[in-house]
Amino acid sequence: MSEPVLRLVGISKRFPGVLANDQVDFELAPGEIHALLGENGAGKTTLMNVVYGLYEQDEGQIFINGEEVEIHDPNDALARGIGMVHQHFMLVPVMTVTENMMLGHETTHGPRLGPLSDLDQERVAEEIKALGVQHGLPIDPEAYVQDLSVGEQQRVEIVKALYRGAEVLILDEPTAVLTPQEAEDLFAVMRSLIAEGKSIIFITHKLKEVLAIADRITVLRDGKVVGTAEPAQTSEEELATMMVGREVILQVEKGPAEPGEAVLEVQNLNVQNLREQSVVRGVSFSVRAGEILGIAGVQGNGQAELVEALTGLAPVEGGHVFMNGQETTHLRPRAITEMGVAHVPEDRHRHGLVLTYPLDENLVLQTYYLPPFAKRSFLQPKEVRENAKRLIQEYDIRTPSIGTHASSLSGGNQQKVIVARELSRDIRLLIANQPTRGLDVGSIEFIHTRIIEERDEGVGVLLVSSELDEILSLSDRIAVLYAGEILAVMPAREATKERLGLLMAGVREAPNSIAAD
Amino acid sequence: MATAEATRQSRRRAILGRLAIPLLAIFTALVVASLAMVVSGTDPIKAYLALGEGAFGSQVARVETLIKATPFLLAGLGIALAFRGGLFNIGVEGQLFVGSAVTVFIGFSVELPAVIHIPLALLGGMIGGAVWAAIPGYLKARNGAHEVITTIMFNFIALRIISWTIGVDGPLRAPRTVAPETPAVFESARLPILIPDSRLHAGVIIAVFAAFVVYWLLWRTVAGFELRTVGANPSAARYAGINVEFNIVRTMALSGALAGLGGGIQVLGLAPYNFTTGFNVGLGFDSIAVAVLGSIHPFGVALAALLFGAMDAGARLMQLRTKVPIDIVTIVQGLILAFVAADQIIRRLYRIRAETEEGPVNLSELWGGES
Repeated sequence: MSEPVLRLVGISKRFPGVLANDQVDFELAPGEIHALLGENGAGKTTLMNVVYGLYEQDEGQIFINGEEVEIHDPNDALARGIGMVHQHFMLVPVMTVTENMMLGHETTHGPRLGPLSDLDQERVAEEIKALGVQHGLPIDPEAYVQDLSVGEQQRVEIVKALYRGAEVLILDEPTAVLTPQEAEDLFAVMRSLIAEGKSIIFITHKLKEVLAIADRITVLRDGKVVGTAEPAQTSEEELATMMVGREVILQVEKGPAEPGEAVLEVQNLNVQNLREQSVVRGVSFSVRAGEILGIAGVQGNGQAELVEALTGLAPVEGGHVFMNGQETTHLRPRAITEMGVAHVPEDRHRHGLVLTYPLDENLVLQTYYLPPFAKRSFLQPKEVRENAKRLIQEYDIRTPSIGTHASSLSGGNQQKVIVARELSRDIRLLIANQPTRGLDVGSIEFIHTRIIEERDEGVGVLLVSSELDEILSLSDRIAVLYAGEILAVMPAREATKERLGLLMAGVREAPNSIAAD
Repeated sequence: MATAEATRQSRRRAILGRLAIPLLAIFTALVVASLAMVVSGTDPIKAYLALGEGAFGSQVARVETLIKATPFLLAGLGIALAFRGGLFNIGVEGQLFVGSAVTVFIGFSVELPAVIHIPLALLGGMIGGAVWAAIPGYLKARNGAHEVITTIMFNFIALRIISWTIGVDGPLRAPRTVAPETPAVFESARLPILIPDSRLHAGVIIAVFAAFVVYWLLWRTVAGFELRTVGANPSAARYAGINVEFNIVRTMALSGALAGLGGGIQVLGLAPYNFTTGFNVGLGFDSIAVAVLGSIHPFGVALAALLFGAMDAGARLMQLRTKVPIDIVTIVQGLILAFVAADQIIRRLYRIRAETEEGPVNLSELWGGES
């Protein structure tokens, strides 16, 4: 094998109380797609941030083309041909594509006047266009970033890295925000970049993707390299076991649903966002007791607003919502909660938890004012603590103590706190929005099992997720939300990835193929 | 039990950690201020010894310290309570004014038995302060008007209205006086003196009691849970079914009531038992420093109020002995606030690692951050 373009030897990176990377060795061959696979918190992004100069390693060496280098900041990394596309894009929405390309790398023409020099937008725009054509990444240099779709913004990020002369591209969870079709397009681009001699590090926790695209796979767990494998010689099960450190069930076991009465009935619902744009338009569906209705869709198609309207967090513009036969359209969140509705919110840091609160207080966030946690307006700390002890055990929440602040828990344990709190109440409807986003395989397995258990006990479940695998493995019926409208509702057995993928991209089906539920 | 012991130990370490920044900030402020004294040719050690003696060296000194600490404590509690609820109440100055004015009015306009008169006058002051704070609270809850702006404006409004009421021919103006002031309150409204022939009035006890009430309110009641949740994460509060708008108004009202009580105690506890335009100017602002130095915890605020009271009480003796102007105390107080607010300086200086759990008050976050 030729000299690796990038070689990491014994990289260690410590944060207070955490060893994020522990003696990591890693090699990237020229023209290779090397997947870095691991659960959340395994240290993948930390390792790449070291390479990209956002962190400095505590120990270890970095070699580029055989030469040891020190990388202090992203400019060092870019100067050495390393570009990174972050999971959260680093673009300025109110600027054009060209202006974003020029950030920190301003090309000027005319007299050299320092900060007063004239920017050469035309030349940069031409270069961007040329790069786009060369790599199959068409973008409009004049477009404002805020007007681009997520997939297009990602393209801008990739072109930006190429524009800065990247030979090694680091892609951090690039498919998290894409439809299956968009992900396929991205893979095609990745292959064409490889064909031109670039090398790619592909960070992900999705097993299917690494097997589809990677030339080599390195698995990280708890900051250490567990092993390196080639796709041909491994399987999803083996990789999952390497990631988690024990065997995991990838497909949850579930029997057929036994649906009862409708617990949630949504009729012609309209919701506007804060900018008064209609983001949920004429949506109707129902969820029956004992069934899971999955709402598939690419993030940002009205899911957040739909769930907020159902739970009373956002006002309803038009239409009706009934729960257990009673109208709840304009009720406040507490009234809806008290009707037996559990809500696992999309953003656990913003809505689901008070990060500066200890666990026990977080576990009574919905019930702190009710007996036994409060008696005549006085809190009963003992009962609050007892409740926490019980739920920590029952839901296997890994925490040093019940007084530990929610912010110090891992994402998986934070989500378990929310699930424990919501499911421990007497509920008839569970609304779960992205219940496993960003979680490790082990926590996903646990939460999926709990959701199925709730269904089997007769709870109606509305599952909103942009992970197709999650929708397909849990749902009894599936609805697809696109641009605020439900394009189709189908029984799970009639759903395929391809069919859902097309609907998620907004391709309407011919009328005769829309099967009524 | 081993785990209980570990919990206790970690709690002790947490409390020590929380004390470290304020204590080091005080120390650093004293050192920096002493440089100013050295430059101006005085011996800082002598000056600080005089300051200490003036604050604690005799019974008179200790009484002065307590009297001076009392309004700091009540106003500081008001600010701390608002901070806990996610609100930056800069209007304590105005709420204190309104509270004093209402208390004075009740104090001089009717004569009642002391057991009724004192509570009634103080309650009036609390309601006055509460209303004056609740209006900006309502404006925020209703229209999102930032409380920092509105409470500052309300300070001016309070000041001007009260200047008018005690100005020439104003409704509260004492008859036949040259200075703009109200009549003194009746004997029956004056706070009892705790130590005969001293100035130590019962307001000190009320203030300390208030610190316990605030502690109990914040951590032992449903209302306190709601207040803290709205302050810590308003989105999560809304998700939990808490009425965030109502809580903003309630928190401001409680905060203003504490400030109003502080103002009322000043007029009922100290001669000349009336209200003038120059009354306690700046106290409401200094109390922001007290609240922040006290880590917005009721007991921390009590310690910080004692320190500020001691500095104010001791300043005169310091000036007398060493010719250091009284203003140096203001400089020290300002430096303390700066070091506590910009705690990174202290952390860098003494190599204290950032806390992973509940951090100190982040003033900039309250001002510009999400709320």
